[in-house]
Amino acid sequence: MALEERIRALRSKKDILLMTHIVLGYPSLAVNRRVIKAMVDAGVDLIELQIPFSEPMADGPVILKANQVAIESGIRVAACLDFAREMVQAHPIPFLFMTYCNIVFRHGEEAFLDRAVAAGIKGVILPDLPPEEGADFLALARAKGVAPILIYAPTSTGARMRELAGHAAGFIYCVARKGVTGKATRFDADLAVYLGRCRAATSLPLAVGFGLRSREDVQFLTGKADIAVVGSETIRVVDRDGPDAVGPFLAGLLGR
Amino acid sequence: MNRQGYYGRWGGAFIPEVLHETFRELNAAFAAAKADPAFWTGYVDLMATYSCRPTPLTHCPNLSRALGGAQIYVKREDLNHTGAHKANNVMGQGLLMQRMGKTRVIAETGAGQHGVATATMAARFGFACTIYMGAEDVRRQRPNVFWMEKLGAQVVPVTDGSQTLKDAINEAFRDWVTNMSDTHYCLGTVCGPHPFPEMVGYFQGLIGQEARRQILTACGRLPARVYACVGGGSNAYGIMSGFLDDSRVELIGVEAGGLGLDSGRHAARIAGRHGQAGVAQGYRTLFLQDEDGQMQDTHSVAAGLDYIGVSPILADLAEAGRVRFAAATDQEVLLALDRTMKAEGLIPALESAHAFAHAFKEVGELSPEESVIINMSGRGDKDIFTIAHAFGDPSWQAFIRERGREYGA
Repeated sequence: MALEERIRALRSKKDILLMTHIVLGYPSLAVNRRVIKAMVDAGVDLIELQIPFSEPMADGPVILKANQVAIESGIRVAACLDFAREMVQAHPIPFLFMTYCNIVFRHGEEAFLDRAVAAGIKGVILPDLPPEEGADFLALARAKGVAPILIYAPTSTGARMRELAGHAAGFIYCVARKGVTGKATRFDADLAVYLGRCRAATSLPLAVGFGLRSREDVQFLTGKADIAVVGSETIRVVDRDGPDAVGPFLAGLLGR
Repeated sequence: MNRQGYYGRWGGAFIPEVLHETFRELNAAFAAAKADPAFWTGYVDLMATYSCRPTPLTHCPNLSRALGGAQIYVKREDLNHTGAHKANNVMGQGLLMQRMGKTRVIAETGAGQHGVATATMAARFGFACTIYMGAEDVRRQRPNVFWMEKLGAQVVPVTDGSQTLKDAINEAFRDWVTNMSDTHYCLGTVCGPHPFPEMVGYFQGLIGQEARRQILTACGRLPARVYACVGGGSNAYGIMSGFLDDSRVELIGVEAGGLGLDSGRHAARIAGRHGQAGVAQGYRTLFLQDEDGQMQDTHSVAAGLDYIGVSPILADLAEAGRVRFAAATDQEVLLALDRTMKAEGLIPALESAHAFAHAFKEVGELSPEESVIINMSGRGDKDIFTIAHAFGDPSWQAFIRERGREYGA
């Protein structure tokens, strides 16, 4: 089933879905494996697997450091692809790749997509690939059944949002504020207005990320978006308290 | 789809969506400024009254005689205010910021020259200023950090990655995506997403326009060759742009050969054919990277040349065969610096000395009726600690020890 239908089917049973994020190889694939199992057991609906890149320009300090440590520890793109296939087979939820253009281009766009399809990956997020530069890649991804997830920002105009939606599939990733990942976001009326603009510009499901940390944040988004995204905060939890703390943290976010 | 800012297959704007409107605004402001003749006139006037332009073209009779080849001329970008060609770009972008109503400027810096120039521009125009600099470069270029801070800028050492220029660029982008409403990112070289290569090249083009006029006045004919060092490529593109249409003028870019092209410790992307096509830091060019697409560490004795990428404009000119690329090793650079100081009383920056080093190797091939221009992109006094260390100067080391004792070391 294509990603959008999967999300709609999941969403018909829940008020809001939860998507989490993992940097592959940080601190190791073995720990990634344990954390992903804890996430799935806690009821996470989708997981973003970030293939590390040495220059992650859209990421803040927590994910930046995770990328660097993973690369220094020797993680390779081929190992990320193999690991993704293993996770897809082990867990019944959709997995996505998040990475930067150069990883895909260096691998070869078509070869990368073919290997992602073979691994069972459902979508791909490239934050440094606007449609002006990547229309061909985005179309190729759609044709191969890997949903290209495009990003809305608070600075995007309505016309721009509609243009982006024309290149996207699966869902739209709405960045909750200006800036990079991992800093606090104010969940307030301005954010609600912005999400209203996002909703008006596309019929695709909306995911909201950047700065989500608490149960209150998820509750704020319920009714305004389809998917809440937690990225840096789970990495902080693993760094601070170890992989076993992920389950309780996510259960708390979901009020379960 | 409109693919803007391409030079052959290089360039583009691979930017996060949050910066889309910021780049739209910047493109519009730059296009309007370029179309306004008063803008360029105002820019040239500002550079004449604030930054010693036009900078002279200096004949080097002693070096020319000693090397037994073409007459050597040096374009004196070291005489710009703040000691490098960087002033040309920052003052131009400062004028653009005024038109756009921005009140805060951020910049990255490697050697520190772009940081000092940006801090100077911010002081002159009354902008708040933050400079990102790799922690390794902060250590190497302490005198420039001192000046940036005295000029009123906040210097932020970047401790990510290799702690050099590429990491400072990433950090500046991170600041910009948070603060773009009042902040302009004054990128320092002819790299980065469109329109930065074009915009920086436009302002640095002043070097080439002047140099072409000056050599014709001095020699009555065009030079056989123009040499310039290439980090990002702004001084090189600046001077070369004046001669691009003169097909008989050979253009040579000199990269950082570091410890040698086979050592793995250099920053020669084109000369060593080690650069591979890639996309990072918002644009497509030749980067020093591994098979997985991860950027590699670079090395040069000159902090300003220690960069993973290269201008998309120069990558295209290299591919078209219009610019020839070479590399000079750290050791060759120090020898060239020594020779230039003793023969002509000029003190080139370590970056610029790369161009001198390679020119010295080649001028003997030419006749004394011909001329070459070497672009002296900056002055070397900022490098006093690095140069003194490299020469192992005992009296300087004694002085530093004495100063250390005074400060309780």
